[in-house]
Amino acid sequence: MEPVIRVHSKTAVIPSSNIDTDQIIPARFLTTTTKEGLGLQLFADWRYRADGSPNPDFALNHAYARGAKVLVAGRNFGCGSSREHAPWALLDYGFRAVISTEIADIFRGNSLKNGLLPIVVDEATARWLLDNPGAEVDIDLEATRLTLPTGVSVSFPLEAFARHCLLNGIDELGYLRSKAADIERYEAARAQELGS
Amino acid sequence: MTLVAARTLFDKVWAAHEVVAETPDTPAVLYIDLHLIHEVTSPQAFSVLKALKLPVRRPDRTLATMDHSTPTSTDQVFGKVPIKVDAAAKQVRQLEQNAAEFGVELFGMRDARRGIVHVISPELGTTQPGMTIVCGDSHTSTHGAFGALAFGIGTTEVGHVFATQSLLQRKPKTFAVNVDGQLRAGVTAKDLILAVIGKIGVSGGTGHVFEYRGPAIRALSMDERMTVCNMSIEAGARAGMVAPDEVTFAYLKGRPRSPKGAAWDRARARWRNLVTDLGATFDAAVDLDASSVEPMITYGTNPGMVLPIGSSIPDKAGDEVFDKALRYMGFHSGDAMLGKPVDVVFIGSCTNGRLADLQAAARILRGRKVAPGVRLLIVPGSQEIKRQAEAEGLADIFKTAGADWRESGCSMCLGMNGDTVGAGQYSVSTSNRNFEGRQGVGARTLLVSPFTAAASAVQGRITDPREML
Repeated sequence: MEPVIRVHSKTAVIPSSNIDTDQIIPARFLTTTTKEGLGLQLFADWRYRADGSPNPDFALNHAYARGAKVLVAGRNFGCGSSREHAPWALLDYGFRAVISTEIADIFRGNSLKNGLLPIVVDEATARWLLDNPGAEVDIDLEATRLTLPTGVSVSFPLEAFARHCLLNGIDELGYLRSKAADIERYEAARAQELGS
Repeated sequence: MTLVAARTLFDKVWAAHEVVAETPDTPAVLYIDLHLIHEVTSPQAFSVLKALKLPVRRPDRTLATMDHSTPTSTDQVFGKVPIKVDAAAKQVRQLEQNAAEFGVELFGMRDARRGIVHVISPELGTTQPGMTIVCGDSHTSTHGAFGALAFGIGTTEVGHVFATQSLLQRKPKTFAVNVDGQLRAGVTAKDLILAVIGKIGVSGGTGHVFEYRGPAIRALSMDERMTVCNMSIEAGARAGMVAPDEVTFAYLKGRPRSPKGAAWDRARARWRNLVTDLGATFDAAVDLDASSVEPMITYGTNPGMVLPIGSSIPDKAGDEVFDKALRYMGFHSGDAMLGKPVDVVFIGSCTNGRLADLQAAARILRGRKVAPGVRLLIVPGSQEIKRQAEAEGLADIFKTAGADWRESGCSMCLGMNGDTVGAGQYSVSTSNRNFEGRQGVGARTLLVSPFTAAASAVQGRITDPREML
């Protein structure tokens, strides 16, 4: 995996709260057997009209949002299904970070494993970001700080190990496999304990 | 004398599966007893194994089935006609190839043991108290009904479990859902969990594992406990647990893969310790009185937008999320839910596709007809349940009533397999999610119990099932 150290970009804003993974990538597109190409179907039911043309009312179709790598959304982003197709679709579209006051557990874990940054901020910071679509923000993973164009800078929580893996481009599977001896010992001890 | 700290059920299961404990810098390595897989969230994980030339470490702890994108029409399932959705047919073939290549047991398309992954594992007895169980599906929380720690994972983590039978996890917090009193007649486990979600909200459980406790929970059957635990994720909790008891043991005894003979006695003795100790504390708690729960129905586009069926839609003028949801649903503040028209009724899913749910639907549908113009689709949770429902005469009741009785699968819960609700149509559904477009582009979903679904199918409008019981 490529290291992720800094994301500097303007934002795109979808203010809805409780954006579930069925909106991010509707189930009918989950019949794919690869990770690639899902960006085309990102937010499909909001982004396109019934005839397949872009819905001019949807944020990602506004000129300001073109090329944005940071998505700002309302509270509880990524709730619902565990489909990893959601972060795959966001990444494939070009997003590198999602900012909200609350991000659902499974989506957050899936995002971190793919290099998409789930950034949780306080209400005031979120309010400012929601009110200022297209703002140039800076996300510094080393310092775990988000800086707004106003100069305001806030720290955000990020699990220590996930941060370490992102900064160094480490695949978590490699780390887990390095624990093989511990896993074998555990299995042996457990088999004895359970008498099986 | 050493004092052992009082522990919750969750703490006990977690501690028993810690291969390596967590530190400030590193998450715990958590051992996984049972890995359930299906066709939609596994292909990319198998691709990782192939790229790294790794085997599935414990195929004996891995069980595969196909449920999400599979057809429910008998002709398609049994090969009389090809699977209509091409991409779904490809996923099915890929799982068949992957299972064969990696030595994973697969309950394939025509296997009598096939069904929704969260229905078949309890049915077989592979889901057992005290286990850690994962699956690339958020409704894995269902298995917590047995006192297992069971949660949904992403496809990258499916790959981790394939390769190491373990996961990197931070220990979640605990959350007691205390339910006192007793459910009244015509009020079901589905209504109870919808009431819980309504009370704490769709993200109220984020970062936590629920333990459902109290006399109202103890009084539930295993099918009902599974309905409750199934929807933990709709309140944001990855897992929900119920301490195992005599109800659990009676359910498991004699199942095809439950322990037998002396092993059964040893297992049951071990399972009896899987209770929260007196004096153990939770990080959060909520109290509910089951006696005050009414039949519930959702009116918006997430499961937290829910109210007692006899109520009217509240007024939250100025709340953008609320207004957007009502626009999508074509509803207005002040509308009564009772009497609203219905186009489609779906009875099934990992939430309410078990035998008890079909029996509940049959109690209403016996001797009655589906209202003209309403489509009633009934999809059993597994082929085994289908057989039982046919043997008990439930299927005949459904067919006589005018329902469409199908082969098992996830079906119209998420509409991946072509079983969809049309744009703008109202679907009264026993499934778990009323998200925009969940059951089809533009579909409008109202989540209810099997009683309410069946009653509404007969009347052709939203109906309080207690009038018909």
